[in-house]
Amino acid sequence: MTERKAIKYYPTRSRLLHWSMAILIISMLLVGLSMVKSLAVWQPVALSLHKSFGVLLLLLLVIRLVNKYLTPRPRLPKKMPDLQKRVARLSHFTLYAAMLLMPLSGWLMQSADGRSVNVFGWFTLPQLLDANIKAYAIFRELHAWIAWLLILTIALHVLGALYHGLIRQDRVLASMLYSKKPKG
Amino acid sequence: MKKRQEKAANLRFKSKIPEKQARLIGFIIVLPVFFFLFYKIFAYVDRNTVSAQQFVDLQQGKIPHAGFRRAHAKGSCITGVFESNGALSTYTSATVLQTGTHPFVGRFSISGNDPSAPDLQSPVRSLALSMSDSGNSQNSEWRMAMNTPPVMPVATPEAFYAQLTAMAPDPETKQANPQRIQQFFKDHPETSAFLDWKQSYVPSNSFAAETYHSINAFYLLNKEGDKRAFRWRLEPSSAEQFPELDTAKPDALQAQLIEILSTGDIRFNFLVTLAEATDDENNPTILWPPERTSISAGQIVIQRHAEQGMCQDRNFDPLVLPQGVEPSADPILRARSAAYAESFRRRASDVLFEGGR
Repeated sequence: MTERKAIKYYPTRSRLLHWSMAILIISMLLVGLSMVKSLAVWQPVALSLHKSFGVLLLLLLVIRLVNKYLTPRPRLPKKMPDLQKRVARLSHFTLYAAMLLMPLSGWLMQSADGRSVNVFGWFTLPQLLDANIKAYAIFRELHAWIAWLLILTIALHVLGALYHGLIRQDRVLASMLYSKKPKG
Repeated sequence: MKKRQEKAANLRFKSKIPEKQARLIGFIIVLPVFFFLFYKIFAYVDRNTVSAQQFVDLQQGKIPHAGFRRAHAKGSCITGVFESNGALSTYTSATVLQTGTHPFVGRFSISGNDPSAPDLQSPVRSLALSMSDSGNSQNSEWRMAMNTPPVMPVATPEAFYAQLTAMAPDPETKQANPQRIQQFFKDHPETSAFLDWKQSYVPSNSFAAETYHSINAFYLLNKEGDKRAFRWRLEPSSAEQFPELDTAKPDALQAQLIEILSTGDIRFNFLVTLAEATDDENNPTILWPPERTSISAGQIVIQRHAEQGMCQDRNFDPLVLPQGVEPSADPILRARSAAYAESFRRRASDVLFEGGR
């Protein structure tokens, strides 16, 4: 940890991972919430894409965690109040936990309903457990609750970013937007 | 050009909102704007549609029977094998349709949400199967949920919802309202094939003597990528006479089923009807002409009555299909999956939290 060089802006690969996953995750949440209600003709198509992209997001998360371990990252501003720092750390932990638990609970609930998860028609993931209605109930409800937790935490995350960018006007938001200090 | 720039600069300068406040407004407004936008998108997608939750609410009735299926609540679990003769092997790569003996778990049921309803008063009987190939290989499972009517009364989930609403007991009289039902059928001429079938249908004296239909059409897909629309039905082919029904018993059909299976098998012929170019595979309200080729794919052999527990963990979602069988774009078929999922979610939650059966 101590060997890490302090940097001011996230490198391109980190920003690419952050923003591509942000777009995918928000789309997944919107599709997920509408497809569990919808009886429309597109529903099964949305469901199958939801599963495929869920696996893709799990893979991206692994890459992101490796990248996070290997890449130095900007420090939070020294003048930030301790409480805000704590909220920042806790909300980031929650985001990562939710990013891991969403695809896992989805995969497990499919398994508990005796289904395998097919990824874009390329390959099929193995079933993690035998069909079991109680396990289905647990993972199905977890999948929904974690989704709402994720929505709330993303809202908090966006609020925090805007707070840094617009109110505090420090470098925190900019560090995820630019590779170096923007002109003007 | 220069003038315009000056004007813009002036305008910016004259803005009454100081920068600090503008930033504060931005901070406060961005998130609600996004949430509002997403809410509007949702409302737009959902306009004029019935949701899976509304549908299952209607099916389960005012007081749901906890732990039971929200529709077809009463049934008996069975196991058996499909003796596939491979006759469809040029049409499909599905392993369960290649020559072999493929095991299944299944369930005979009657329609309705009441798990203690009298067997003989239900207008619809059903057979659901969950079949995998003998090697239980990946993507070989086929779940089927078949009913006695060969056609649907209506072609969309919204019309189906309207039908269920029309047929539901009146909140005041607690009885179905015949006028309302008649009005519904008048307003929906697409129900004619179904009504014709209903006129001619005489319920048999056994689960084993009914013909069960796929309801919707699907596609057979072979290795070359050729697609052919099809429907199927299970026709009874047991030769022997079935034991008499004790019509006074509410469980008449179930009791007889157990009796038959205690001494022998129940057999059905698995008949597949292939569509011609003129047949609409996406409309479940129209019967295909009787001269269409039917191919026998083999025999469904029901061997044993099983404990309810064997079926409890199963959701007979008709969109769980093996590689080599694909769904049509029939709106009813597409809607069934989401409605079954909502019903399964509620039942699973009951079982977990209330220990229902």
